[in-house]
Amino acid sequence: MANRIVVDPITRIEGHLRVEAEIKDGKIVDAYSSGTMVRGLELILKGRDPRDAWAFTERVCGVCTTVHALASVRSVENALNIKIPANAELIRNLMFTAQYMQDHVVHFYHLHALDWVDVVSALKADPKETSVIAQSISNWPKSSVGYFSDLQKKLTGFVNSGQLGIFANGYWGHKAYKLPPAVNLLAVAHYLEALEWQKEIVKIHTIFGGKNPHPNYLVGGVPCSINIEENNAINAERLAYVGTLLDEAKMFIEQVYIPDLLAIAPMYTDWAAIGGGLSNYLVYGDLPTNGFDDVASFKFPRGIIMNRNLNEVIPVDGTDPEQIQEFIKHSWYEYGNGDAVGKHPWDGETKLNYTGPQPPYEFLNVEEKYSWLKTPRWKGNAMEVGPLSRMLVGYASGKNDFKEVVDSTLGKLGVPVTALFSTLGRTAARGLETILVAKWSLEFFQSLLTNIKNGETSTFTKDMWEPDTWPKEAKGVGLSEAPRGALAHWIKIKDKQIDNYQLVVPSTWNASPRDPKGQRSAYEEALIGTPIADPEKPLEILRTIHSFDPCIACAVHLYDEKGTYVHQIQTF
Amino acid sequence: MSRKKPTVYDEIRAQGYSRRDFLKFCGMMGAFLGLEASGITQMVKALETKPRLPLIWLHGQECTCCSESFIRSSHPIVADILLNKVSLDYTETLMAAAGHQAEAARQATMEKYKGEYLLLVEGSVPTKDDGVYCVIGGKTFENIVNEAAEGAKAVIAWGNCASSGCVQAANPNPTSATPIHKIVKGKPVINVQGCPPIAEVMAGVVVHLLTFDRLPQLDKHGRPKAFYSRRIHDTCYRRPNYDAGLFVESFDDDNARKGYCLYKMGCRGPVTYNSCGVIKWNNGVSFPIQSGHPCIGCSEANFWDNGPFYSHLPSFPGFGIEKNADDIGLALGAITATGIAAHAVATNIRKRRLIQSGRMKDKKQNSNT
Repeated sequence: MANRIVVDPITRIEGHLRVEAEIKDGKIVDAYSSGTMVRGLELILKGRDPRDAWAFTERVCGVCTTVHALASVRSVENALNIKIPANAELIRNLMFTAQYMQDHVVHFYHLHALDWVDVVSALKADPKETSVIAQSISNWPKSSVGYFSDLQKKLTGFVNSGQLGIFANGYWGHKAYKLPPAVNLLAVAHYLEALEWQKEIVKIHTIFGGKNPHPNYLVGGVPCSINIEENNAINAERLAYVGTLLDEAKMFIEQVYIPDLLAIAPMYTDWAAIGGGLSNYLVYGDLPTNGFDDVASFKFPRGIIMNRNLNEVIPVDGTDPEQIQEFIKHSWYEYGNGDAVGKHPWDGETKLNYTGPQPPYEFLNVEEKYSWLKTPRWKGNAMEVGPLSRMLVGYASGKNDFKEVVDSTLGKLGVPVTALFSTLGRTAARGLETILVAKWSLEFFQSLLTNIKNGETSTFTKDMWEPDTWPKEAKGVGLSEAPRGALAHWIKIKDKQIDNYQLVVPSTWNASPRDPKGQRSAYEEALIGTPIADPEKPLEILRTIHSFDPCIACAVHLYDEKGTYVHQIQTF
Repeated sequence: MSRKKPTVYDEIRAQGYSRRDFLKFCGMMGAFLGLEASGITQMVKALETKPRLPLIWLHGQECTCCSESFIRSSHPIVADILLNKVSLDYTETLMAAAGHQAEAARQATMEKYKGEYLLLVEGSVPTKDDGVYCVIGGKTFENIVNEAAEGAKAVIAWGNCASSGCVQAANPNPTSATPIHKIVKGKPVINVQGCPPIAEVMAGVVVHLLTFDRLPQLDKHGRPKAFYSRRIHDTCYRRPNYDAGLFVESFDDDNARKGYCLYKMGCRGPVTYNSCGVIKWNNGVSFPIQSGHPCIGCSEANFWDNGPFYSHLPSFPGFGIEKNADDIGLALGAITATGIAAHAVATNIRKRRLIQSGRMKDKKQNSNT
């Protein structure tokens, strides 16, 4: 008889996630992932000015802030056939890369690290040993014995105060923690340093978008103007600020984040064989360098990998009603024509229909509906989205950037490419793509400087800004790669207003309940076979779930009803 | 171990900061809070003698932008104070514990520090259908908030979600998203508005409570006056352009490139109370207007329904800058929802007339009603 355990709330994520897992003989034999909060934003968007939609949808998530704003302005630009200036594309790319760097570093240290790093064990470390390790893996200057010794004293004082704050009730001392005390101390030091650093890189958003979280976007370009002869626009001082932040970010990533990742990973190689989950990977691609219509210009290539076959990248078409479909067999919604069918987002329906247990409850009824997330499928297949998918599609597409970073890193760790299909691989892939993104950000910055030097300063096109110039009806799609994976917004505009607005977001792909065929989505599948040493302290569940970087507010219920329209879009 | 709890000052010193750093921090926070020198001395004394304040931070219907903003708190010592000098005993975003151990941490603080802890709420409460639209650990969020509020010293409602429902409460508010002050009864609730609030404003409010053992003065919307008594418009560095009639007519036009006023692009600065023009964002780097985008009014209740964002104020129903100030005054009584906005616009009209007639001296008018 399997034993059901519940982890709710799953902490160190965005949003409200619950996992119920069945354990038999020390391993997970079945798992159920449930989103337990819903807001209904799609209903709220109806009837509004499409140019405002970015601000509404940006509030879908404040952790991966900006990504929904970007997908939104792209959907409107696609619907109205607006081509943004080259500088606007570069500035958007710079904001995109800043978001990735901040988000991935915060995920690694503040959301994920405590699954691998035992803070309490750091108290027993020999600071000399930590210093030797630090200096052997990186040139990062904060590596002296005194530095680690002081930190350890502070940490000891903190623990002795009896007020453990965010570290209270952790699974400290759990036997699945394997790092030696010296490495734990190093990781704790960098946890605190990363907390300081993350607030710096986002200043790129503040410079171009006025604030962070939730910087401003604009249909047709970006809101900031460039004028190198003015104090009130992007000028030499602002650009120098951006350049400095990018240089510092690259340094932090190369000298702290990546060395730490490579120091911790070898201690947990067993996790390169755990948590692989699904075998199919979906990527929409992003970081255009020649307009969003030129998919070949993307830094992150688009495509699908099936059955872990890295010899073939399959194209994906979001306009095809047979490709991306949504199911609600196990979601608290109802469709007009029953629970067995899938609906393309354009034909989607949303009617809230809570049939779960009345709170307070102990268990969900997982045989029936058990989540506020719908279940998206590509041609009926469950797909994983996120950094691992991006690295695999980039690698399988034969892109040199990807080949180099993957091959060299796996070579250092002495593991084959198949090691990526795992909890550890997912976490490593996030680090590897951060290296790429940091490198690309400097390329975008140089291109922006070159444009300005050549007299090209436009950041916005007025074409189609005025609603009077719009067709009576228009439809578009905005695709993007959020830090957590493939993201798409679909919009239908009618009589200058939003007639229909739909989002299919990364964590919906990964965290959704099973489909009518009983196929599990990524979280649930990845948990199967995970060892659980102590059901009272299911640290192992957190490791695999956190490797996806859950972002649940995004994932929940973002589809609109309608269903009577036959939608078309101009490009995909 | 001795029962004497370390004070905030002890903690700061133990973390390697000097007394000079500590005093600098107090001075900086004091300036944000608008304190006189004697008030700063009081703050120094309070932080030197008080133990860490336990905090419980709940998450309801939200996007976590408030937590993200909070960790952007700019001066290192502020981040340090808030993560280490207060005791953040429950926050789903950062805490190590999960599941029932996380819930146990919250319960422990509620029992051990009954009447002493501060409850911070990020997110609104869905009240429709018995609260099934936000359930954590099998309990409705409404239930969790009420339970945690009972023993709290005071409640801080972070951001627009907790203060007024934010985006999920925009028409038609499908889940009946409800702000905290309408849920919690019999406890003081401080609305720290904005989507999100500025990091240093969040820090400033906590420090105020910690230091003075009393609520900051609040405006009629429950917002601390220290940070929400000035209109963006009155603190905007582009204000002289408005007064001189110099406006951006289209994004990225020549006027935009010179940094003229964004009023005609829909700027809500004239009807929005916040500190963006003073403190700015992310350690003073910029704020929306400085980076070329009009203010969307995110620290005001119902700002989502006062759109479209790119329509300028006169197109709002119920009032308009072209209208005569007396007419607006009459309308004000009838339309309370837009009362602040109308009043603010009326103030502007008066001001413009003063400017035109050459009688405007230095009247930084605060029209907060």
